[in-house]
Amino acid sequence: MAEKKLMKGNEALAEGAIRAGCRFFAGYPITPQNEIPEYMSWRMPQVGGAFVQAESEVSAINMIYGAGATGVRCMTSSSSPGISLKQEGISYCAGADLPVFIGNVMRGGPGLGNIAGAQGDYWQATRGGGHGDYRTFVMAPNCVTELGNFPHKCFEVSFKYRIPSMVLTDGLLGQMMEPVDFKHPEIDPKSLPEPDWALGVARGRGKRIVKSYDLKEGGVEIMVNERVKRYQRIEASEVMYEEKMLEDAEVALVAYGISARVSVAAMKMAREKGLKVGLFRPITLWPFPKARLVELSARIKSFVVVEMSLGQMVEDVLLSLNGRAPVHLYAKPGASLITAEEVCAALEKIMKKGAKEYAAVK
Amino acid sequence: MYQGIRISGFGGQGVISAGVLLAQAGMMDGKEVSFFPAYGAEMRGGTANCSVVVASDEVTTPIVSMPDTAIVLNEPSLAKFEPMVRPGGLLIINTSLINSRPTRKDIRILEVPCNAIAAGLGNGKVMNMVALGAFAAATGAISVDAIARALPKVYKKLKPEVIELNVNALRRGAEFKVN
Repeated sequence: MAEKKLMKGNEALAEGAIRAGCRFFAGYPITPQNEIPEYMSWRMPQVGGAFVQAESEVSAINMIYGAGATGVRCMTSSSSPGISLKQEGISYCAGADLPVFIGNVMRGGPGLGNIAGAQGDYWQATRGGGHGDYRTFVMAPNCVTELGNFPHKCFEVSFKYRIPSMVLTDGLLGQMMEPVDFKHPEIDPKSLPEPDWALGVARGRGKRIVKSYDLKEGGVEIMVNERVKRYQRIEASEVMYEEKMLEDAEVALVAYGISARVSVAAMKMAREKGLKVGLFRPITLWPFPKARLVELSARIKSFVVVEMSLGQMVEDVLLSLNGRAPVHLYAKPGASLITAEEVCAALEKIMKKGAKEYAAVK
Repeated sequence: MYQGIRISGFGGQGVISAGVLLAQAGMMDGKEVSFFPAYGAEMRGGTANCSVVVASDEVTTPIVSMPDTAIVLNEPSLAKFEPMVRPGGLLIINTSLINSRPTRKDIRILEVPCNAIAAGLGNGKVMNMVALGAFAAATGAISVDAIARALPKVYKKLKPEVIELNVNALRRGAEFKVN
């Protein structure tokens, strides 16, 4: 086995993208994701790829739009305010069915906010963010090893279904260091087949067009309906989640990313106090693991969502369960750190009170 | 074994370096580890702190909110982190720079004059290693030898004599005992 390496989350994400065959990166600096472009700036030339520090986030996403149209595995990354600037470009990539990969290392917001870790971009990531009807495949890692491995899955899904993909992480995971275990063999992009839609030298083949618009009557409707079929296939086969100690649990914590790590600690504390608590961790945020939550509601009495936001994923939990079980929220907005102690205290409050309806706990 | 550690001091005291080194040593020793730095607009002379977890099993949260051990290297850090230490936990105090005395009776106190020891070894910069040596000996979470083995992995450009100086500092720190 290769020697384990201690890496920052941001570095692992960058290395993971390169191992997954990414050969073009364009970005613009912003804390707390600066290690990604910094890493790419020296690593890309080593693998024959290209790194561009663009003049702005808007420029970077449009470079990815162009690179993606040629079928190359490409990436851009930023943090919350910068991801907002990229939204128009992401919408265009979605409209042109391009398999581009985006990293969002979330920080405090709204506005310029601060540079600490937060989870306030869930809606932006899963609801489109940009204009128009579209989806983005969104994965939420909870450790540095997952940050290193998820780009592989993102590129795989992106190319299989022609959809932009995103790793949604935060400043905590981006800045922390852990041993990394890269699980996938490295991909040599030269070994990948040329997609049958990719632009390039057209000699010996028919004309190809990459575009996000169609002015013919009903043209866009046809494009969208064709895309919806791919979205449905993703929803049917690409959902990922993790469960911990749910077998005998009365209450399930529901959390993603760094909040899920805190929730594991809270779950262990609660178990020591005799409370039957487990954890449900959505790994793909879109597609959201709706069906599994419904199955669990047959035996789990209530669900407690833990988020470092005002409460965004909680709405997906509510929509999934559709009244089948009470849902509670422990929310920590404003880029403030969640501690296991406070989550455990919230659990005790909820379980003793036995609240029957939706409640936000403080 | 599950050790949540907070290390805190002035920027420039080697707080972050000590944290990374501890994580690297734990990993090389076959343990599960995490390291998380406070990364505000930090600067030399400002405050710096980091969270490290060294565990025999899974590391849950990397945010160490109730440290099993707090290593405080300057005066403001004592005021900030003494109240956070888990009851029965350990507080390592750099008495070279901290004049106040801790007030809690439910935690163990280990006083180490880190700067004085480092100066005695001929280089004040290794004061963070004195503190790590004291931590290793007092908790048994990681051995001094494991930290010594990690040094050239984290600091690849260090000359052998500088590594030796750091190892000496670790060993001197390990001689201090909880009061």
